[in-house]
Amino acid sequence: MQQEHSEGHHVVPVRTYLIIFGALMVLAVVTVAVSYVNLGVLNNFIALAIAISKAVLIMAFFMHLKYSNKLTLLVALMGFFWLIIFFAITMGDYLARGSIPGDLGPQSVFAPWM
Amino acid sequence: MAHKAGVVAPYFHDLDQQREVNTLGMWAFLATEVMFFGGLFVAYVVYRFAYPEAFYEGSHELNVILGGINTFILLGSSLTMALAVHSAQTDAKKKLIIFLILTIILGLIFLVIKGFEYYEKFDHHLVPGPDFEWHSSHGNQVQLFISLYFATTGLHAIHMIIGIGVLFYFLIRATMGAYNSLNYDPVENMGLYWHFVDIAWVFIFPLYYLLERYMTL
Repeated sequence: MQQEHSEGHHVVPVRTYLIIFGALMVLAVVTVAVSYVNLGVLNNFIALAIAISKAVLIMAFFMHLKYSNKLTLLVALMGFFWLIIFFAITMGDYLARGSIPGDLGPQSVFAPWM
Repeated sequence: MAHKAGVVAPYFHDLDQQREVNTLGMWAFLATEVMFFGGLFVAYVVYRFAYPEAFYEGSHELNVILGGINTFILLGSSLTMALAVHSAQTDAKKKLIIFLILTIILGLIFLVIKGFEYYEKFDHHLVPGPDFEWHSSHGNQVQLFISLYFATTGLHAIHMIIGIGVLFYFLIRATMGAYNSLNYDPVENMGLYWHFVDIAWVFIFPLYYLLERYMTL
């Protein structure tokens, strides 16, 4: 059968999908296991690092970014780039204030019934 | 090969360009979805910085076993979705149908488990509002955490419901033989949406369920 060879027509082998799935499951188990160990601040970094790794694996192989053209890759990465801007400016604002968001104590307007 | 010819819209050069543009359009939409969920994640980060203890306390109330099972289920559904795309690409109609059905089933199981988790919250007086009961002084901030939990997982669940609905449509079309090696980009793009919803959960799970879990031992 004539195989078209063009940019968008890459067929990822099933074996690749299975290997990546295995890696994702392992990472899922690791992330739960590590959360039960007290590593202080490191817990957050590891949890985020594992989550980002899983996201990268899913995007590269399941979502075929590894086999797509550069324009698609650019648009995909731009989404996360804008998210980083969102985080950076918002946190920059809040952290630069004298104190973080208002007091949510007993008399707060958020929970007048308390 | 004529009977398998994919239809190319007149404004495209060829099938490949059409396919690439379709995929690019889906990615553009997913970029907006990243910002959609992103808003809730930013809110989470702001309030976690503000009230860390309340967030740890609230996190301990979430069912890590059910959350963990749901993580495995979603990862599995991503695999079946990828295999569905593969089946469409290789003209394997029966496999395509099977994998679409499996993806739907896994998605439904996820929603059932999620529904049970929500029920647990109502049952344990953990739903923000007049019925909320809390043992420590951080009650209001814990309500904030759980509000964010409901908003984020609720938004995620809505995406799942819509995804499952659309998957049914694809299933019906697949049984009618609509997808083949020349016309698989609809399935591919559905896959992109489904994988995105999976990625959202990949971040939701550790951020909400796994905060200071070692304290619960």
